[in-house]
Amino acid sequence: MNISLNITKTITELLSGFMPESAANIGAMVTIALIYLAIFAVAGLYLVLLERKVAAWFQLRLGPNRVGPWGLLQTMADALKLVSKELTGTVKADKFLYNLAPYFVIVSSLMALSVFPFTQEFQAFDINIGLFFLIAISSIGVIGILLGGWASNNKFALIGAMRSGVQTISYELSVGLSLLTMVLLTGTLQLSEIIEVQKNGWLIVQGHIPAVIAFMIYMIAGTAETNRAPFDMVEAESELGAGFHTEYSGMKFAYFFLAEFINMFIIAAIATTVFFGGWLSPFGITESIPWLGVFWFIGKTFMLVFLMMWFRWTFPRLRVDQLLTLEWKYLLPLNLLNIVLMALIVWLGFTIQL
Amino acid sequence: MSYFGDIYKGIKTLLTGMSVTGKYFLTSRKGAITQQYPDNRETLKMFERFRGEVVMPHDENNEHRCTGCQKCELACPNGSIEIIWDRQIDPESGKKKKMIDKHIYHLGMCTMCGLCIEACPTDAIVWAQNFENSVYDRSYLTKVLNQPGSKLKAGVEE
Ligand code: SF4
Ligand code: SF4
Repeated sequence: MNISLNITKTITELLSGFMPESAANIGAMVTIALIYLAIFAVAGLYLVLLERKVAAWFQLRLGPNRVGPWGLLQTMADALKLVSKELTGTVKADKFLYNLAPYFVIVSSLMALSVFPFTQEFQAFDINIGLFFLIAISSIGVIGILLGGWASNNKFALIGAMRSGVQTISYELSVGLSLLTMVLLTGTLQLSEIIEVQKNGWLIVQGHIPAVIAFMIYMIAGTAETNRAPFDMVEAESELGAGFHTEYSGMKFAYFFLAEFINMFIIAAIATTVFFGGWLSPFGITESIPWLGVFWFIGKTFMLVFLMMWFRWTFPRLRVDQLLTLEWKYLLPLNLLNIVLMALIVWLGFTIQL
Repeated sequence: MSYFGDIYKGIKTLLTGMSVTGKYFLTSRKGAITQQYPDNRETLKMFERFRGEVVMPHDENNEHRCTGCQKCELACPNGSIEIIWDRQIDPESGKKKKMIDKHIYHLGMCTMCGLCIEACPTDAIVWAQNFENSVYDRSYLTKVLNQPGSKLKAGVEE
């Protein structure tokens, strides 16, 4: 079976058949953007459904099971409802920023998706600073949250947004440093090459102890980055209503909501790429069928997404001071130590190569 | 060393928590507590302590245990109970005695706090386990708990 998944090239070639080259390039980009948008809007909706089902199972409930078989169409129905809802807003809101904020959040999270190698070929945009790009993009989203909280002229929203700022700025460090630990091992920031390196064993095996520590730190900080429980002080329902999106309704609310789930997918996908070999199959069992890589990539990512849901439905929410203590007194120093440890291991050649 | 001790303890407690919820997750298929209500309307039984509405049980001779002492009326924080009573001649003993005419209960106002039931000295009123209380006209929510023609069970007052 030979399915060509090198989509950018295929589409460019297809289009350049009847277009000048520059137009074909732009056309290809637009097509790919639309494909990604369609895929991930639906994927985001199904992540919401998955979250609700998993939450239900953790709480000994059944979860949505009325719309469609096993409730599979529930989130579609919800999306339809949200689309048809009126967009309300506060009178004294800063209209421009208020309307801009949801797009900021959703666009920044969709942008990050473009660099993931779903298989060897299926990658929209392979830049040599891929990991750096991901870290940068994933922290832009917080600007959207700050804008939303500021512009909606609501005290709860503002407090939520400020907490989000505190949280993301602190935990950004841990995400960056834990990924940097792994970069010491790979020697490259380009995602496709990071996966190439892992053909001799996934990085979590290659780097053993410091890699496991980095993975733990990354998962904690990543959960905090997505503003999910137990780090969901941004929207802490019991204290802040709904936090920064209190004043949003309809589709604008849906953008925030979808962005949260796509961000969760992104955090899990980064971890898959950097720690668990991306689209590589375990022990190379399906090496001869390259397009199965999509399956492995998605499978690993969903395992990690499940882990994050498990966190969410197990741990109680932290206080702000506990959150900052965790980051600045524990994660950050450990992370710095871990980098030194990893550097020593790489220097002395103690990595495990399969 | 308590710094690393704290980290160890933190990780251990987190894992303990995750194992608890993990066990629930794995057994959830068998033990889901969700009642799929309109489907099992026929068979659904509410549990013992469920508070549906206040009722006054009557036995087969159409006798209840309410003496008309009005303690429930006084106990109710929002005036959901009204007791209309009268002094009548008791046909057996020939003495004048307080008796209820109507024990009126406004379900629409009741907050299901249960204070009336706790206050009743003769356990004349109890919780019912029914849960379908919606009606099309709110006047249906005003109920007379004692059945017409019912009387006080003998021996309750002693
Ligand atoms: S349950 Fe509470 S509110 Fe209802 S009738 Fe009794 S005392 Fe009143
Ligand atoms: S129901 Fe109980 S408390 Fe109320 S009047 Fe009758 S005996 Fe007294």
